[in-house]
Amino acid sequence: MKSIQSRLLKQKIMFGLFRSAAWLNGLAVLVVIYFIAARGLSAISFEFLTAMPLDSMTKGGILPCIIGTFGLSVGAVLFALPVGIATAVYLNEYAKPGKLVDFIRFAISNLAGVPSIVFGLFGLAFFCIMLHMGVSLLAGALTLGVMSLPVIIGASEEALKAVPRTYREASMGIGATQWQTIYRVVVPAALPGILTGTILALSRAAGETAPIMFTGAVFFTPELPRSIMSEVMALPYHIYVLATSGLDIEQTRPMQYGTSLVLIALVLGMNLFAIILRQKLRKKLNL
Amino acid sequence: MNRIERSLTGIEENDPGNPKFLIRNLQFYYEEVQALFDINLDIFPQKVTALIGPSGCGKSTFLRCLNRMNDLISGARAQGEVLLDGENILSRQLDVVSLRRRIGMVFQKPNPFPKSIFENVAYGLRITGVKDKAYMAAHVEKSLKLAALWDEVKDRLHAPATSLSGGQQQRLCIARALAVEPEVLLMDEPASALDPIATLKIEELIHELKQKYTIVIVTHNMQQAARVSDTTAFFCMGKLIEVNSTDIMFTRPKDKQTEDYITGRFG
Amino acid sequence: MTAFVSVTILGLIMIFLIKEGLPIFSHVSVKEFIFGKFWYPTDDPPAYGIFPLIVGTFSVTLLSTVISVPLGVMSAIYIAEIARERLAAIAKPMVELLASIPSVVVGFFGMVVVSPFLQDTFDIPSGLNLFNAALMLAFMAVPTICSVTEDALRSVPKSLREGSLALGATHLETIARITVPAAVSGISTAVILGMSRAVGETMVVLMVAGGAAMSPSSIFDPVRPMPASIAAEMGEAPFGAEHYNALFATGVVLFLFTLVFNVCAARIARRYKR
Repeated sequence: MKSIQSRLLKQKIMFGLFRSAAWLNGLAVLVVIYFIAARGLSAISFEFLTAMPLDSMTKGGILPCIIGTFGLSVGAVLFALPVGIATAVYLNEYAKPGKLVDFIRFAISNLAGVPSIVFGLFGLAFFCIMLHMGVSLLAGALTLGVMSLPVIIGASEEALKAVPRTYREASMGIGATQWQTIYRVVVPAALPGILTGTILALSRAAGETAPIMFTGAVFFTPELPRSIMSEVMALPYHIYVLATSGLDIEQTRPMQYGTSLVLIALVLGMNLFAIILRQKLRKKLNL
Repeated sequence: MNRIERSLTGIEENDPGNPKFLIRNLQFYYEEVQALFDINLDIFPQKVTALIGPSGCGKSTFLRCLNRMNDLISGARAQGEVLLDGENILSRQLDVVSLRRRIGMVFQKPNPFPKSIFENVAYGLRITGVKDKAYMAAHVEKSLKLAALWDEVKDRLHAPATSLSGGQQQRLCIARALAVEPEVLLMDEPASALDPIATLKIEELIHELKQKYTIVIVTHNMQQAARVSDTTAFFCMGKLIEVNSTDIMFTRPKDKQTEDYITGRFG
Repeated sequence: MTAFVSVTILGLIMIFLIKEGLPIFSHVSVKEFIFGKFWYPTDDPPAYGIFPLIVGTFSVTLLSTVISVPLGVMSAIYIAEIARERLAAIAKPMVELLASIPSVVVGFFGMVVVSPFLQDTFDIPSGLNLFNAALMLAFMAVPTICSVTEDALRSVPKSLREGSLALGATHLETIARITVPAAVSGISTAVILGMSRAVGETMVVLMVAGGAAMSPSSIFDPVRPMPASIAAEMGEAPFGAEHYNALFATGVVLFLFTLVFNVCAARIARRYKR
């Protein structure tokens, strides 16, 4: 027989271990953010955010990267949002459970697991070469859009599921067709939830590097993008380029930290916003 | 033992001995909401005490104070005294793990672990480090026999517990509780999720078990309280309204509220 | 109709990877490609053996799993079972936030902070190696593992915990013998998803794994996992050339690996629902 003292001691030790694991994770995040912030803050100025890069990207700002990342991620969502909502509506409102729906879900979950570099290869072969888009904002945005699709479908489905059945019954009960019900009642009620998912997808697209390396982003552009067929610079790719193959890697360290800080702030800011929005929504639904 | 014998033993035992539980001035709060008001009650060994009352009256809360199960709810706190053989079990110094070994509990819905029938019963011994296989097997058999389940499961002890019927699962949970040899058995509406035949079996079992154990049962079924218990306590709105021997309670209740509830005028 | 977009895209991905990758097999056999020990795509004559890249991917994934699984599962147990509700309510979104840190930033951190630290501490020639990459990948996989494990633990019915505690089990015994076993399929899904993320992650291994296409003999040796090779070389490989085709074929292998992981995860998840 084990004594109660030894059992409780074991519990104390193990719980201490569990607690330290959790804190270790928290600490790791803080260390990463601390290093990036502490070293990046000094690089950030009004000029850094609003000027073009100068002297082979060893001086100047990151304006084209900010604009490029903005264009790429917004473009991705513009593609993924309509397709994603339509898929979610189909799966949640129309489709009858069966082999076909299982197959579609299987495809979506696998799509979510495809490595980002494979999306990059696909975008290169399909959008850039096959559809003659070349390396462009459009090709990059579409590649990112394809990658964001599973996230948006998932979030939209969750939001649609949260719409009470009574809404649908009430609308159908006064003689609305199923399409009218979905269009005028269900989707508007689910919109805030879908929006949250969209912001998450947007932030993920903004932070990705591998899918845009060969499809949309380039080393350097002398001017801001003019059209959707232009090559663009992007924040994540800029960090990679400066850190690994820039003209003077050591000298541009502050710029690398600064760009990282801008990217982190952008992505975490969007995420934080989405999470707060979602928590408010959940509270509202519970009431 | 039939019903007539039961009532005979109830009359013969005039001296109930020392109470197992002495509850004095028990108050209970969930956050700021008071759920129990100044409860005073004696619970006697080798007797079945039934707790009845309308939903939300605090009878389950009270039951869960007796093995400190309310500790799991954040913001819950109890004041007053619950003395088990003279020791206040609400004391902070008290070790709840040891306490719960002395006080078994059976829940409203059967909750067998997702393990085999054998392992469910063996669980309480395994956690204390029992390794002797022969001892374990004998003990599991004994507990299953006590819970009147042995004959039904002896050939499939290693089948998953979830393959049993609802009534069998509940008796398995009783066997599981008995295997750690508790002194008290708390039952929280143990038959509410079962069909009438399974309910009857549980009630027969309660009668067998009370010779060895102190049993406290929460029920919302008046007939069940009348059939199985020796003492009945009526709770309403967090207050203990009346306690009496079950015979008197169901024939000549003293309190108007008790009478109304028992005769079905409110609840 | 739109619902088939996802199916179509998945189909197109496979078709295009295979279409662009297939021509390489007119130069080397499948066996030579996968088990060939030398990856010298720009030499003359070139060698297209991705075995060292596969070994690189596996070693990095394995080591990162060894680090991230205990950390992720233990943190999830702490958040779901032990921590006070208020702390848990903050921890959950924190974990999600952690999952959203861009991989290029993690890679950058590995390059500029972890690498010099490793170099000094262990007195090794370069801090850009297998160990550093595994560490950074673990950092990225922990949130996934933690979050999925936490959901699995929370879906275990409260009645089972109460049943165990009422029998006089300690909190730890209840977690170890009841809650975790009941959530085991959800936890395995979490581990597989975490590993799948490590297999496919590109920027981290590109920036910190050291880049040498050879089988490592110690954890401080540099490696070149498949995604890193594709990302690093695609820029230089001319369209339609052998090297280009070889990189797409590498993409096919990578895709198949993650597909296997995802199918496993889906299988377990389905069994879990029943």
